[in-house]
Amino acid sequence: MGSTSAHNNEGLGRRDLIKRSAALGLIAVPTMSFLSACASGDSGGDEKVDKGKKTEKNPLGVNEGAPLEIVIFDGGFGTKYAEDAKAVYEKTYPKAKIKFSSTQKIRSQLQPRFNGGTPPDLIDNSGAEQMDMGVLVGKKQLTDLTPLLDSPSIDDPSRKVRDTLRPGIVEMGQFDGDPVWIMYYAYTVYGVWYSETALEKLDATYPENWDDMLALCAKAKKKGVAGWTYAGKHPYYLPFSLYPFIAKIGGREVLDKIDNLEPNAWSDPAVKAAFEAYYELFKKGYILKGTPGIDHIQSQTAWTQGKALFIPNGSWVENEAAKTMPADFKLAVGAPSGLDSSDKMPFGTIWASGGEPFIVPKSAKNPDGGMEQLRIMLSEASSKNFTQSVKSLTALNGGTDGIELTPGLRSATAALEKAGDNVVNPRLQDWYVKLQKEQIGVAGLGEMMAGRATPAETIKKIQGFADAAAKDQSIKHYKHQ
Amino acid sequence: MQHGKYRFIVGFLAAPLALYAIFVIWPFIQSIYYSFTDWTGLSPDFKMVGFDNYSRMLEDQIFWDSLGHSLIFALLLPLVTLGLALFFAFMLNVGGRRRKGAAIAGVRGSGFYKIAYFFPQVLSIAIVAVLFAFAYNPNEGAINGLLRAIGLDSVQPQWLGDPDTALWAVMAVLVWSTVGFFVVLFSAGMASIPKDFYEAALLDGASRFTTFFRITIPLLWDTVQSGWVYMGILALGAESFAVVQIMTVGPGGPDYSTTVLVLYVYQTAFRDGQAGYATTIGVALLVITLALAALVMRVGRRERLEF
Repeated sequence: MGSTSAHNNEGLGRRDLIKRSAALGLIAVPTMSFLSACASGDSGGDEKVDKGKKTEKNPLGVNEGAPLEIVIFDGGFGTKYAEDAKAVYEKTYPKAKIKFSSTQKIRSQLQPRFNGGTPPDLIDNSGAEQMDMGVLVGKKQLTDLTPLLDSPSIDDPSRKVRDTLRPGIVEMGQFDGDPVWIMYYAYTVYGVWYSETALEKLDATYPENWDDMLALCAKAKKKGVAGWTYAGKHPYYLPFSLYPFIAKIGGREVLDKIDNLEPNAWSDPAVKAAFEAYYELFKKGYILKGTPGIDHIQSQTAWTQGKALFIPNGSWVENEAAKTMPADFKLAVGAPSGLDSSDKMPFGTIWASGGEPFIVPKSAKNPDGGMEQLRIMLSEASSKNFTQSVKSLTALNGGTDGIELTPGLRSATAALEKAGDNVVNPRLQDWYVKLQKEQIGVAGLGEMMAGRATPAETIKKIQGFADAAAKDQSIKHYKHQ
Repeated sequence: MQHGKYRFIVGFLAAPLALYAIFVIWPFIQSIYYSFTDWTGLSPDFKMVGFDNYSRMLEDQIFWDSLGHSLIFALLLPLVTLGLALFFAFMLNVGGRRRKGAAIAGVRGSGFYKIAYFFPQVLSIAIVAVLFAFAYNPNEGAINGLLRAIGLDSVQPQWLGDPDTALWAVMAVLVWSTVGFFVVLFSAGMASIPKDFYEAALLDGASRFTTFFRITIPLLWDTVQSGWVYMGILALGAESFAVVQIMTVGPGGPDYSTTVLVLYVYQTAFRDGQAGYATTIGVALLVITLALAALVMRVGRRERLEF
C-alpha cells in the first residue's frame, strides 16, 4: 500500500481544500436552517367534510359523497373482515369513494401523517408498531366516539350501540372522564390454555386450586411432560393468568390499586401469595426446561407438541398456533386455579378485554364516516363474519348464535359465561406499556420465573418500577373511574 | 492553472456539500433542537423544556445500562474482530509453510478460506440475527444440540434468555458476521506489501511472529485504523441495533442485559412516544461517537511509512 502526500506546488493543497470546504459547510448549515421551515411545526389543514343529513338510516349524519380512508393493521386477524365491512359501507353509501389500505407498520406509515395533520379517518392501531394510545389521547389527537356509542344499533334501532357491547369495552376506551377514544373491536379471553386431550391422558381435569395444580404437574413430570411453559423472551404473557389469579385471591381492588400506581400496591398479601405460587412451579421443576430462552411461537409449538400442559395466553393462540396444533388437541382455556378456599373471588374469575383498537383521529377529514364504518362492523352480520373467519369474539355481546364455533372459541365463550360478572380487566398493558412489558414483565417476572430472583426481591423491584412510573412527569397517569 | 481555480472548485463542491448539509448536518441540528423540547412525535405541538431532558437522562438507570453496553460494544468488538481478522489475513497470505519458488505463502487452501470467511458478509444482518436466534434456542437450537452431541448434557445455557450470557451471545454474532470483511480488506492490504521485506526478514532468521509484528502491522496500520473507526461506528450504530432488536426481543434482553443506546433511542421515540427525550439520548450518542472517532485518530496517529 503506497501513500502519496500533498505536493505544495500549486498553492492549494488537498488539506487546505478540505479545511475550506468544511468551513463552507459550517456557513451553509445555519443558512439552510433559517430557510426551511421546522419539520414538525406545521399542524396542517383542519378542514372537515360537510355533515350529511341525519336520518333514521343515517343517524350519525354521514356525508354520503365524502371520501373515506381506512387503514387496517394486517396481523393475526388479516384484513378480510374489514374489507367485507367496507363493502357494506360502499353498498350503503354508493357515492362515497373509499380508500382502503392495510399495513403491519402502522407507526411508520401513520406517525408522519399525524404530525402533518392529515391522518386517515379510521385506523386499526394494533400490532408491534402500535402508536402509544396514552400519548395520542394526552395530545388530543383522537375523536370522541360517544356519538357512535349513543347511536342506534344496526340490528335493533331501539338499542344504543353502547348497550350491545361486552363488559369492559366502553370503559377500556376511556382514559380519564367520559369521552371514549378507542373502540376495541376484538374481544380477547386471557387465561391458562391447555389441551383437553393431554389432560385426559393423565386422567385429570383442569385443577381448580393450587394444590391440585401442583399435584397434576407432579404427575405430568413423572411422565416426562412439563407442567408449564410460557413465552420466555416475552414474560409479559405471564400476567394473562397471574393478574386474574391475584384478583381471585385478594379481590379486584388489588388490581385496581396496581393500575392506579398506588404506593405499596404490590406489597399486598395477595400479590405475594400469587408470586410465591408461580415461583413454586419453577422451584419444583414444573417449567419446561429452556423456557426463558424461547419466544412466544417457540413456546406455543413446544406446548402443542405436548411437551408442556399449560401456557398463559390469549384467545388469539388458537389462530396463531393452528399450524402446529394436532387435530385431536381439543384446545380449552381455564380461568386461573385459585389458591385455596379463602380466596375472595370464585373460581372462574377471568381476564377478558378488548383487542384491535380502532381509532378515529381528531383531524380526520371524515370522522363521521369513520364512526359509521365502526357501527357497521358492530352489526351482528359483520361480527359473525369476523368470528367465523378469524376465530375470535368481537366486542358485540352475543352474536355467536347459529355459527359453528371452534374448540378454543367454544371454551372461551363457556369461560365467559361461567365468569359472569367476575371478569377483571387490568389496564397496565394499555396505560403503561413500558412498565407492564419490559419492567414488570421482562425485568421482574421473567427473572423470577427463570429462578434468578426470589418473589420477595421481584416484588420489591416491581414496586420500585411502579413508584418511578408514578413519579415520572413525562408520562400521563390514569386512574380507574 | 491558478486562473478560475476557486470557481472550478466551488462548482464541483457546491452540490455534494448542499446535499450533505441537508441530509446529514441539518438533521443533527434539528435533533439537538428537539432535545430541548417535550415533543412526543405523535402530534405537532410541543414546547421548550430547557435542560429537563438532560437532567432526566443523567438519572435514568436504563440510559446508563445502555451506555455501558454500547461502550463494551465499541471497545471490545473492534478489538476482537480486527484481531481475529488480522490473524486470519496473515495466515492466509503469509503464514503458510514455505513452498518451492515462493518466499511466503498462505496456508493450504487459503483461497477457499477467503471465500468462506467472506460469506457472512453477503447475508444481511437481519437474516444473520434471525438464524442465530434459532441457533441459540436452548431446547432445539443448534448450539445446545452440538453441546449435547459431544456429551455435555449438563452444560445447556439459556444463551439469549440469561442476562449473564445474552450480551456475549449477541456480540459473538456481530463478530462472526463482520470478521470476513476485514479479512478480505487486510488481505488486500497485505498483498501490496512488497514481498522483498518478508524475504529479507526471513533470510535474517525472523520468525513468523516477528514478521507479523514488525512488518505486517506497521505497514498495514492505516487500514487497521480506518477499520477501527468503521467497526466502532458499526458497534454503536445500526448493526448493534439490528442484532439486539431481532435476537433479544423485548426491551433488549432479559433484565436489560443487552439494551444499547440506539435501541433505547428507538424505543423511547417510537414505543413510548417521547421523541424529545429520545433525541436527547441521540445527542449523547453523537457525542460519544465523535469522541470515540477522535480518540482512535489521536491514539492511532503514527508516523506514516512510505514505501
